[in-house]
This record gives sequence, structure tokens and C-alpha cells, in this order.
Amino acid sequence: MLLFVVAAIIALAAAVMVITVKSPVASVLYLIISLLAQSVLYIQLSGLFVAAFLVLIYGGAILVLFLFVIMMLNIRHADLGRDMLAKVKPWGWIFGAALLAEMVWMSMGVSSRMNAVGEDFGSVTAVALLLYGKFVYPFELTSILLLAAIVGAVVMAKRGL
Amino acid sequence: MVPLDYYIILSAFLFVVGVIGVIVSRNLIVMFMGIEIMLNAANLAIMAFSRHLRLMDGHVFVFLVMTVAAAEAAVGLAIIIAVFRGRESVNADALNVMKW
Repeated sequence: MLLFVVAAIIALAAAVMVITVKSPVASVLYLIISLLAQSVLYIQLSGLFVAAFLVLIYGGAILVLFLFVIMMLNIRHADLGRDMLAKVKPWGWIFGAALLAEMVWMSMGVSSRMNAVGEDFGSVTAVALLLYGKFVYPFELTSILLLAAIVGAVVMAKRGL
Repeated sequence: MVPLDYYIILSAFLFVVGVIGVIVSRNLIVMFMGIEIMLNAANLAIMAFSRHLRLMDGHVFVFLVMTVAAAEAAVGLAIIIAVFRGRESVNADALNVMKW
């Protein structure tokens, strides 16, 4: 329970820092902190493979891509939008609060007790058997998606192609 | 054992932080990171329900969502690079050609 509270507070506080801090590089680093805290929660939910995947792929690959692009863009400080939270749009906060109230209200109804699981729940072997068994077509289709994304990214980012 | 609704409420809070980041922020990169926060909040809810229902299908869904997030990040960052090249800015308010 203590581990959950600590990880939840770190994940939430780092997520708030992502959207409030001024420099985009600091935003990305806070997002990595938030993801590490969430991987602790995944381990607590006995999703070991997914937790490792989150750290390796999300923290290690996607967010490094973010950092790479931010450094490549070489943004001037005037462009960063100093007034990001000074000139807040009130409707954003109102809709956000309404959405939060609605979601918390909805989640009050769920059953609160966690069922016990076996030893190999969420292990690499068990997830791999599902990935290459029951879900083999969606899994193979992601390779087409990634190929399309690579081609699309190169076409859009390359000058004069 | 931590109850299920704690995870769901934490996931709701994270999702709303992402929504507010997208709505309030004017920086395209931070808006994009808000989308990533929302995807992760949904992933956390999927993991919690997967543990609760003792079905590992949720782990596969989280895996696929992460793959889609990787593809989305690559394409989105390419769009941001293209926008920056044309406008010399990543401020969303600068993109007002199609604004009514």
C-alpha cells in the first residue's frame, strides 16, 4: 500500500510538472520520471513484462525521440509560450474538472477487491504465448503499422522529397 | 493488496492532467506529451482491470497501445518538424491559416 501511494504521488506530480514546466526538455525528463513510477505500479499489478517494456520502449525509445527532436528544433525562448499558465483558458480548467469528477464518480462503482493470481501471471512466457497464439494477427499487423509510420515520418520530415 | 478503484481513480487523475495539458498548453510539443500522458493513464487502467479479472489479454492490449504510441510519436514529431520548418515556431496559436 505504501509503495502504491509513493509511486502514485510521484507519477501524478511528475505528470503535473510535465504540463507546467516551461522548458520542453525538462517536460520530457519529468515524463520519464512519471513513466518510471508507473512501471512500479505495473510491477505491483504483476505485469512484469509490460513494466520492462514500458521502461525500455517508452522511456528508452519514444521519449529519447522527443528529446532528439526538441534539440534538433533549436527553439528560441521567445517561442516557448511564457504565458502558458499565466493566461489560462478558464474553459480548459472547467472541462478538466468536470471530466475528472465524472471519471471518479464512474469509478466509485467498480468492485474494489483484487483477485489473487498465479505465479506466472504477466511473465514473459505467458504474455508471449498470448502474443503468438490468440493475438498473432494483431501482433503481426503492428509491423505494417510501424512500417507505414516510418515511411510517413520520413516523407513528412524530409525536405523536398 | 491495493484495491482496484485506487488504480482507476489514479488513472482518471493522470488522464485529466493530460487533457488539461492538451487544452491549456500552447506549445505543440507539450500538447503532444499530454497525449502520451493520456495513453499511459489508459494503459494503467487496462493493467488494473487485467489484474482484477485475471485475464492476461490486457497485457497484450497495453503492448499494442505502446506500439501505436511509438508510431504516433514518430509521425507527430515529423509533423512538428515540418511545421517548425515552415513557421519557425512551435506555438499552436501560430497555426491559424484554417481558423475561422
